[in-house]
Amino acid sequence: MTDKQTEMTTMDKVNQSLARRYRAERRFRAYGMAAILFGLACLVVLFTDIIGKGHSAFLQTYVAMEITYDSDVLELSDPSDSNAVARADFQGLVKQSLRDTFSDVSGRRDKRALYALISNGAGFALRDRLANDPSLLNRSETVWLLADDDVDTYVKSRDDEGGAFTGRLNEKQIAWVEQLIADNAVEKRFNTTLFTAGDSREPEQAGILGAMMGSLFTLLVTIALSFPIGVAAAVYLEEYAPKNRFTDFIEVNINNLAAVPSIIFGLLGLAIFIGFFEMHRSIPLVGGLVLTLMTLPTIIISSRAAIKAVPPSIRDAAYGLGASKMQVVMHHVLPLAMPGMLTGAIIGFAQALGETAPLLMIGMVAFIVDIPGGVSDPATALPVQIFLWSDSPERAFVERTSAAIMVLLAFLISMNTLAIWLRKRLERRW
Amino acid sequence: MEAVMKETQTENLTERAEQKDHLQQEHTGETVGTSFCNDAKMSMRNVNVYYGDKQAIHNVSLDIGRNEVVAMIGPSGCGKSTFLRCMNRMNDTIESCRIDGEFILDGADIYHAKQDVVPLRAKVGMVFQKPNPFPKSIYDNVAYGPRVHGLADRRSDLDEIVEVSLRRAGLWEEVKDRLNSPGTGLSGGQQQRLCIARTIAVSPEVILMDEPCSALDPIATAKIEELIAELSENFTIAIVTHSMQQAARVSDRTAYFHMGKLIEVNDTKRVFTNPEHDLTEAYITGRFG
Repeated sequence: MTDKQTEMTTMDKVNQSLARRYRAERRFRAYGMAAILFGLACLVVLFTDIIGKGHSAFLQTYVAMEITYDSDVLELSDPSDSNAVARADFQGLVKQSLRDTFSDVSGRRDKRALYALISNGAGFALRDRLANDPSLLNRSETVWLLADDDVDTYVKSRDDEGGAFTGRLNEKQIAWVEQLIADNAVEKRFNTTLFTAGDSREPEQAGILGAMMGSLFTLLVTIALSFPIGVAAAVYLEEYAPKNRFTDFIEVNINNLAAVPSIIFGLLGLAIFIGFFEMHRSIPLVGGLVLTLMTLPTIIISSRAAIKAVPPSIRDAAYGLGASKMQVVMHHVLPLAMPGMLTGAIIGFAQALGETAPLLMIGMVAFIVDIPGGVSDPATALPVQIFLWSDSPERAFVERTSAAIMVLLAFLISMNTLAIWLRKRLERRW
Repeated sequence: MEAVMKETQTENLTERAEQKDHLQQEHTGETVGTSFCNDAKMSMRNVNVYYGDKQAIHNVSLDIGRNEVVAMIGPSGCGKSTFLRCMNRMNDTIESCRIDGEFILDGADIYHAKQDVVPLRAKVGMVFQKPNPFPKSIYDNVAYGPRVHGLADRRSDLDEIVEVSLRRAGLWEEVKDRLNSPGTGLSGGQQQRLCIARTIAVSPEVILMDEPCSALDPIATAKIEELIAELSENFTIAIVTHSMQQAARVSDRTAYFHMGKLIEVNDTKRVFTNPEHDLTEAYITGRFG
């Protein structure tokens, strides 16, 4: 009798608790879903904001002007003389053309306002055209010239609901722009300058190629140094180092280094590479060295984990056949650990590519117009360029900042894709 | 025919055992039966093995005769695998492991300071409990040892070593058309025979087998056992096994380990029909284990 009673109550209790357990499980799953949704929402907000702000940077306003390559204005007699061409006042041609188009404009102040419609870099385009085709001298042609950033911003925001962003343009200038638009002399084209130019004070002439090359050289130095050093350190620590206090001490310190704020590495680089070794400031070599220091702990930790994950049975098999330690490492451990090591390393490189703070400390934050051609040319890096542009007052830099962020994100996403691809490719099953 | 052969071997051993019977008691005290033999390939004397503070092997002395198959049986944790792994210094990789006593292979101590482990392991090969082929092709698996030791100068020599090894492991017919497919794609039994082929490709003189069939089904096990019988013509084999039937089928002599001590060594037939020691009897009759 008592047996039956306990059996009943046991089942009842189970049933009772069952409902409670299922409720708890549903809640548990809901927490997980909420976390994922929150993450996704953040991602969507981030991307909409960046793309919404930045997509217009990929277009640039051009203005069609009738240009006469007047040798008097240019003070140029021989167009094949490259020195003379380099000295000639091509911006004068632009001004001449603007005066011709808007012949009613008079007064110094108004004229200056008129000249401001076209980028002060437009003359370089004309110089290049003449240098390519000297027969253009004293002839006329219609050329699409780079508009000033204020005009560019105005043209892009004309159709906005909240009204156009006029910025520094005054009413007269707006009227001139409207007249040009009415004459079909204004056009938005793909902004090649963004990808072919270095930095500039003028937004319409500013590009990210310099920063991209700077990032590339910095990253190359980082990859070339940190991967071999990191892997060698990991192999030594895992395979050769005696397990004693000293090894433990090193291990703790490597783990701590991974948590050191990156700006500290920047200070270290400043003190050691620039201060002690007297390397130059602002160069990708120093940047790469600093980022190597920063990336090493990440690579060592992930490589050690990958080496630890190699099944001991494989080592036993190789040792049992009489392979030496180095043969075991080179033939079996490294190939099997390679996918894990590469994944860790590429994540480290992606982190290094997005790093700004340490580069500020070693002078890679300078305003550098020239595109670096090697690891010892002054350069800046993509994230630093973003930082610099976001700090600039010109409205046109806002969209360019977002565009640069998009390029950086594209870099990072492609690096992570590469990491996944490499892992898939190198993975061996057993 | 095999059975007949085994029979004669056993008889020889019994004779020898009787001659030396009085000696054993003197030498090892605890171990009963025939620990030693006249034509020993490997002789272990007074072996003690410690893992840190824990002693895993207590004063074990044992001979493995030339071209003899010695089975080591005993309950889990009795130290038989540890003892086996010490025989080609595989326990060197375990930091806390400390070994004293003598391991004599062909008259030389393998733990001598001047003994290099690389040639030792080429001479004393090992087959493990779980089949552990490299994640490489079947060919590369077998060719690995010869390549590492530089045994083949030409590609054709290497091809020959691979073929001969696979034939001796009874695997050639099954894999000759797919030597370049991964060794890990074979079935469990085939993988274990591949591992045996890989071991004999280096032409060792002694093969240590650590429960080679414990991960295999009965049919694959039967094949491996058949193979062991064939290999015993050319190799000296020490095999650790959990299966008493297997020990009875493949071995010439059987050593029974208990709690790190070697309790009894006798020719296999005797151990399973008329054990000398009470513990051995208790184990083989299934009273514990």
